[in-house]
Amino acid sequence: MELLTPGVGLIFWQLITFVALFFFLAKMAWKPIMESLKIRETSIQEALDSAEKAKQEMASLQENNEKLLAEAREERDKLIKDARDAANAIKEGAKADASKISTKMIDDAKAAIETEKNAALAEVKNTVAELSIEIAEKVLKQKLGNDKAQKELVDGYVNELKLN
Amino acid sequence: MIANQVNLYTRIMRAARVAGLAFVLMAFGLQNSFASDSEEEFNPGDMIMHHIQDDHIWHFFDGHYGTLYLPIIVYSEGNGLEVFSSANFYDEHHNVVEYKGYKLDHGHISVVGSTVHVWDFSITKNVAMLFINALLMVLVFTAVARGYKKNNGKAPKGIQSFFEPIIVFIRDEVVKPNIGEKHTDKYLPYMLNLFFFIWFGNLLGLLPGAANLTGNIAVTIVLAVITFLITNFSGNKAYWGHIFNTPGVPWWLKYPLPIMPVVEFIGIFTKPFSLLLRLFVAITAGHIVILSLIGLTFIFHSYYVGAASGLVVFFINLIELLVATIQAYVFTMFSSLYIGLAVADHDEHH
Repeated sequence: MELLTPGVGLIFWQLITFVALFFFLAKMAWKPIMESLKIRETSIQEALDSAEKAKQEMASLQENNEKLLAEAREERDKLIKDARDAANAIKEGAKADASKISTKMIDDAKAAIETEKNAALAEVKNTVAELSIEIAEKVLKQKLGNDKAQKELVDGYVNELKLN
Repeated sequence: MIANQVNLYTRIMRAARVAGLAFVLMAFGLQNSFASDSEEEFNPGDMIMHHIQDDHIWHFFDGHYGTLYLPIIVYSEGNGLEVFSSANFYDEHHNVVEYKGYKLDHGHISVVGSTVHVWDFSITKNVAMLFINALLMVLVFTAVARGYKKNNGKAPKGIQSFFEPIIVFIRDEVVKPNIGEKHTDKYLPYMLNLFFFIWFGNLLGLLPGAANLTGNIAVTIVLAVITFLITNFSGNKAYWGHIFNTPGVPWWLKYPLPIMPVVEFIGIFTKPFSLLLRLFVAITAGHIVILSLIGLTFIFHSYYVGAASGLVVFFINLIELLVATIQAYVFTMFSSLYIGLAVADHDEHH
């Protein structure tokens, strides 16, 4: 058999063997192997995808938590602020009330004092008037004839009165 | 990876140069250093041709048990189908004799004294090698497939994990880029079969005493013809349109003289022809180089030449291991490329 002239027998056997080998291995090896590889690759891809998804979910969950936490914090701050405001308002109100009451009391006291003072002055006036009448009475009783003595007497009483 | 290969290659080449120099020096210095009184004239050309060509017997070594006589299956008009052992063509002194009116002459079986054509379907050395190759593939790949069943949903193990990266490489780097994702599943079994058949054949051919299966033109013709048939039966409208009415070329190249269609039509056949020739030449040439270097030992009748050529042959063998893989890859890659051109959806302009 020459190098460049193909032998008919070998062509025949090669064709039969190669084709038979192909059909046998395609069924028994190549297709099951390809399928298994594909299944494995799909499952790996799915696992990676689900891991990625879980990571994203975790991230969004965390974000949510943070948001909730921030909201809670904000609400707490608001509550505290409100409470403080309310307390302040109460305090301010109380203070205003107290000052109003005290002002009123002072005014009342002032009015009372004024009234008392007026009453006292009126009394003093009355008393002065009475005293004056008494003095006049005494003067009249003692020395009605003597102007000079009367005058001395009145002056003496007046001086006495001033000392009081 | 590539850097490593280049590095390895330069190292191999450097070692080969050193060995070659030593070998040339010794060849001239010690030409007749041991007795050259062998009874038979050594003919290196015959020896090499004998090794790389097909044969009806499988000769391993000289002596009584060194030869495996393979079955002869012949058909000729008049004699009909005959099956007998090729041992019948040899007498006890290993001289060729006639048997049942047939004679064996340099690998050709003919009817004595007649020119009638003899159809020779004998289980020759290469056919036996072919069966061994096929059997090995069946054993290996059913074992790999079993691995997938056994380790279902688990990491690959053993022989399965050895072949998985190669299978994935063929799928992802050879078939997918050339044929396209859509058709990969359809053509991948053929491509895997093709790649491993050629690869195993190439590697088995490197074993001492093995037959040169993938370096035989009959084998490469069959492989190329199968690829040719698949390519043209898969050819879609765009493929044939590209051949008979090539888009993007001036009209005067197509009418009145159909220059482009003729060129493209010839291209249909040159593609498989390049496939069959490339594999045949690469593998046969490798065998010839190795056998020539070994033959030098017997030409010079020198132990020193033997040692030197042994060293060179060792490194050439390493290169041949590389060639075995590259040729299997190239054949598969080009087959994918041709089929890919035939099934491509859109019309690509070159």
